[in-house]
Amino acid sequence: MTSASAGGVPDIASLVSEAKRRVSSCSTLAELASSEAALLGKRSPLSEASRMLGSLGQDERRRVGRLVQEARRDIESALAERMEVLHAAERAAKLVEDHLDLSEAVLQVASPGPGHGPLARGRLHLVQRTRDELEDVFVGMGFVVAEGPEVETDWFNFEALNIPPAHPARGMWDTFYLDLGERESVLLRTHTSPVQIRLMREQEPPVYAVMPGRCYRRDTPDARHLPTFHQIEGLVVDRSISFADLAGTIEAFTAAYFGEDVHSRLRPAYFPFTEPSAEFEVTCTICKGGGCRTCSHTGWVELGGCGMVDPAVFEFVGIDPESWSGFAFGFGIDRCALMRHEIPDLRILLDNDARFLSQV
Amino acid sequence: MRVPVSWLRDFAPFGDEVEVLVANLDDLGLVVEGVEHVGAGLDAVVVARVLEIAAIAGADRIRRVVVDDGAGPVEVVCGAWNFQVGDLVPLAPVGAVLPGGFEISRRRMKGVDSFGMLCSAKELGLSEDHAGILVVGDNGPVGSDEPRPGMALTEALGIEADVVLDVAVEANRPDAWCMAGIARDLAARLKLPFALPEPPGETGDAGGAGGTRAARAEELTSVELVDPDLCPRFTARVVTELQVAPAPGWVARRLMLAGMRPVNSVVDASNYVMLELGQPTHPYDLDRLAGAGLRVRAARRGEEVVTLDAVRRVLGMRSVGPGDDLRDCVICDAEDMPVGIAGVMGGKSSEITGSTTRVLLEAAYFAPMAIARTSKRLALRTEASARFERGVDPEGIDRAALRFIELLGAVDGTAPVQAAGAIDSRGELPSPIRVILRVGRVGSLLGCPLSKAEIRSCLEPIGFHCEDAGEDALGVEVPSFRPDTSREVDVVEEVARHVGYSNLGKRRPSSPQVGRLSPYQRERRVTRDVMAGMGAYEVWTSSLLAPRDHEHAGIGGASIEVGNPLSPEESILRRSLLPGMMKALGYNVERRQGDLRLFEVGRVFPFPERARVQRAIARGSESVVDEREMLGMVLAMPDDDARSAAAAWGALAGTLGITGVSLLASDTAGRPAGLHPSRSAFIIRQDGTKRASVVAGDLAGSSGVVGDVAGSSGVVGVVGEVDPDVLEAFGISGGSRRVGWLEVDLERLLACERRSPLAKPVSRFPSSDVDLAFDVPDAVSAAEVHSVISRAAGPLLEACWLFDVYRDAARHRGSRSLAYRLRFSAADRTLTDSEVGEIRQRCVDAAERELGLRLRG
Ligand SMILES: [Zn+2]
Repeated sequence: MTSASAGGVPDIASLVSEAKRRVSSCSTLAELASSEAALLGKRSPLSEASRMLGSLGQDERRRVGRLVQEARRDIESALAERMEVLHAAERAAKLVEDHLDLSEAVLQVASPGPGHGPLARGRLHLVQRTRDELEDVFVGMGFVVAEGPEVETDWFNFEALNIPPAHPARGMWDTFYLDLGERESVLLRTHTSPVQIRLMREQEPPVYAVMPGRCYRRDTPDARHLPTFHQIEGLVVDRSISFADLAGTIEAFTAAYFGEDVHSRLRPAYFPFTEPSAEFEVTCTICKGGGCRTCSHTGWVELGGCGMVDPAVFEFVGIDPESWSGFAFGFGIDRCALMRHEIPDLRILLDNDARFLSQV
Repeated sequence: MRVPVSWLRDFAPFGDEVEVLVANLDDLGLVVEGVEHVGAGLDAVVVARVLEIAAIAGADRIRRVVVDDGAGPVEVVCGAWNFQVGDLVPLAPVGAVLPGGFEISRRRMKGVDSFGMLCSAKELGLSEDHAGILVVGDNGPVGSDEPRPGMALTEALGIEADVVLDVAVEANRPDAWCMAGIARDLAARLKLPFALPEPPGETGDAGGAGGTRAARAEELTSVELVDPDLCPRFTARVVTELQVAPAPGWVARRLMLAGMRPVNSVVDASNYVMLELGQPTHPYDLDRLAGAGLRVRAARRGEEVVTLDAVRRVLGMRSVGPGDDLRDCVICDAEDMPVGIAGVMGGKSSEITGSTTRVLLEAAYFAPMAIARTSKRLALRTEASARFERGVDPEGIDRAALRFIELLGAVDGTAPVQAAGAIDSRGELPSPIRVILRVGRVGSLLGCPLSKAEIRSCLEPIGFHCEDAGEDALGVEVPSFRPDTSREVDVVEEVARHVGYSNLGKRRPSSPQVGRLSPYQRERRVTRDVMAGMGAYEVWTSSLLAPRDHEHAGIGGASIEVGNPLSPEESILRRSLLPGMMKALGYNVERRQGDLRLFEVGRVFPFPERARVQRAIARGSESVVDEREMLGMVLAMPDDDARSAAAAWGALAGTLGITGVSLLASDTAGRPAGLHPSRSAFIIRQDGTKRASVVAGDLAGSSGVVGDVAGSSGVVGVVGEVDPDVLEAFGISGGSRRVGWLEVDLERLLACERRSPLAKPVSRFPSSDVDLAFDVPDAVSAAEVHSVISRAAGPLLEACWLFDVYRDAARHRGSRSLAYRLRFSAADRTLTDSEVGEIRQRCVDAAERELGLRLRG
């Protein structure tokens, strides 16, 4: 117990305990601020006591002075402590008040209706995205991307590809003819192959190019065929290009696009513009080669056609087949998308239903 | 083609493991698309005789049939009508399980109990024939094996379990379109011996009775080959003293397994030979041929013939493509009346009937292209035409004809007589082909070095005779049955096929160039990303439209028409993305999900000038049509309108850094097709090549379709709101609904002037803002004001924004207040108030001087 001092100097110890009581009873920061002024301000008992020090004797002045200083420090630290507590409480209360369910916002962005649009991003079309990805794979392998017209002449679409008029092989492509020029001389391209012809006519080899684009065949639409569809073709012309280069390129592309566990195999087929010709199959992506209904239990799914460029085609475009050789391949972009996303019926692509567009 | 494995075994000793056969056929490019096990699961099916057929009251499709199954009468209900009392038919009794897994149970139909089922060949898994009940041959020769009620069906038909492969034969392999051809390829692959059984020789006494000398063919008939270019080889043989009967059971059975319906001994023999050897033949009833001879010639235009299917066909009438000389080859009788369409279908008049006794057998080689054209012209494709147009073996004709005669002789109880010799008329046949095959070339083309011996071992078993032709080469004789093979590279393919594609190895070529997208292709992707970033879904709409789609979208003028559309709904090529995207929007509106934005990047097809089309047909490099790749965007969120379309356009132009463009409001020029007349504008290039007023003049009488006008004017696109009438035409009305539209010619847009790519330093000193608000008449565009004050502000202007538009209709009719904020800064100092004040005054003066504007009070 500190001794009480004489001569009007207040009881410092009780001042301190009184002050601490007052501080701890403050429940808001504002209250605390006014308490601080009252306890430590110019008119506070403690300041009063300081002012009275001059009237004391030297020893007494030193002793009381120390007591006053200690008291001030004690009160200050009590204030600081209380301040911290009140700050925390006030922040906690504000946080509670600020509560927001973020899932509301997420859901509103995804819902139709006024005010929610600008934040919702649209979507690139499944087929276009597939095309972009395929382009990227081939660009990574050193190919450029070439494009050409969708309205073609019979010569570019058939003849220069070694398919003369009335050739039975024309039965492989049901063709839409356009009412331009002489009868059946202008058509909607049935494949992207005419771009190969245009490219080889305009560019000296070597050629490493892929040619994506829209094609048309006069097929009644069903789950796996649309009269309008998208194809991508590749063409390589260089010195001593071989069938092994073709097989290796197809393998590299399938692994890059479908994944390392997807492989490819070739088997003989017939196309008038390639010789030897092949169809290529890739590991069924559904059963990973184990066999399922989609792949008729073979583990393989047919993807496209390919082969070594027929010397006759080279002659049509003025490339010497003795000095140059090359390969070409082609397959459906829509078919790739269908495989990867397991779309049961291609016809859904024609509707442009927002429920589909926003989903895949 | 349906290929019974038992038939293949006639030519080579193939094993029983079907999987091995299938895998090797696949590897050869003779892809097996189906494997069918026949004759299995027929144990319970018996032969039964039809005793009685009675109608069922109230049913006109089914009848009550009583049959004798050997143990007594059985009643069944049957829906087929192709049999009569006395016929022998297959009966599956209650409890039998048919090959498809279908279990027969007792059923009651229209009050009649059915204790079994009479079966079609298809239900029994014997063939594809499901036209009626399989009637078991009943009028054959009497013998111990005669089918009788109660006998197991397998015994009655001599059915052994067999496997039928469905093989897809590619168009270039006519040689493989028969049993022998498939067997040849497969035997070579499996290193099994292959042999084609030799039919008896040419002598006429093969079937002769008692050694009497048979007449010679040329004594009985005549052939005049008038147009040998259409028919390079025509042979005729004659068989007499013939009785038309059912073919022997094994012939009929094999035909059925191969998917053909037995008819009679003559027709079946012809079909059998075709399936076995690939050579179509045609039997004529010699006694029904006027003049007892044939003439082979080109049909006259408009000449008619009634074919076996009783259809009257008109010949030589419709060109099927460039180079078509309209010459259809016909076979005529000796009096020059057509009796058949060569290589396609025979005529009705000389058809084999039950009373035919003398047959003239035609076995010929027709020019493949001629048959292809005729078949296409008549839209008549037959087993024969499909083979002739791909090219049959001109050297295989005699073998086929003799095989036919051999089969006729195999009919029990008949003794046909073959006339001696054959009439053989020839034109110019394809000459034998010898190819020099360079061993090194094989290796370099396949990427896999092969020795001479390895190459020979691939080629010789399939009939390619090889001999040395120097150190690094082989002389290869191509067999006459391989018309697809005429060049070195074709022989290389044969080598590759028999080595096996999967044994050739894989390697990756290294491209000498850096792969990359072109600047256009890169920016097209950026454009699509910007669109998606503004909340639009990318769509893909059809390039083919109905003519009324253009009409509904306010698009006039000519469009390219499809000559042979699948439907009128898709019969013209689009000239704008607007109709297709309106349809897409309409589809979604109809499903209450129309609050969205859509975009598409796709081609449109302006109608081309005649001269351009002709240049393209003459193989010029220019395309037939000046196809334009357009970006279309439809904005149909609840608050969307022309303003949001314009904002989207601004965002796109900003991202791409397009500067050299401006808007030409639709009231000053023609109007963008299908857009709101007072809320739309053309987007035009402003690079000094053409003044806006000139562009406006060009557009005044145009279709207003971007794809049409962009070529001749400075137009790169249109922006605004879709005309309410167009919305209504596409079912998107909904009262006051507004839909924004942006359509831009991407290539032309990306060719516009761009912001400089050079970085501009940013000032480190504080900037000063000045706000200016003017009363601006409606005739003056915000862009004009912007450009006037920006120019007047000079080099210290950092940015100029339009920050407020205020229209107070009560106070100012025909004008609005536009407020601009100008921000100034200098690179080296803080601007003083008086400096900024001076610039402000310049701007105000310029606005007044050039546009007559006054600051808003
Ligand atoms: Zn599978």
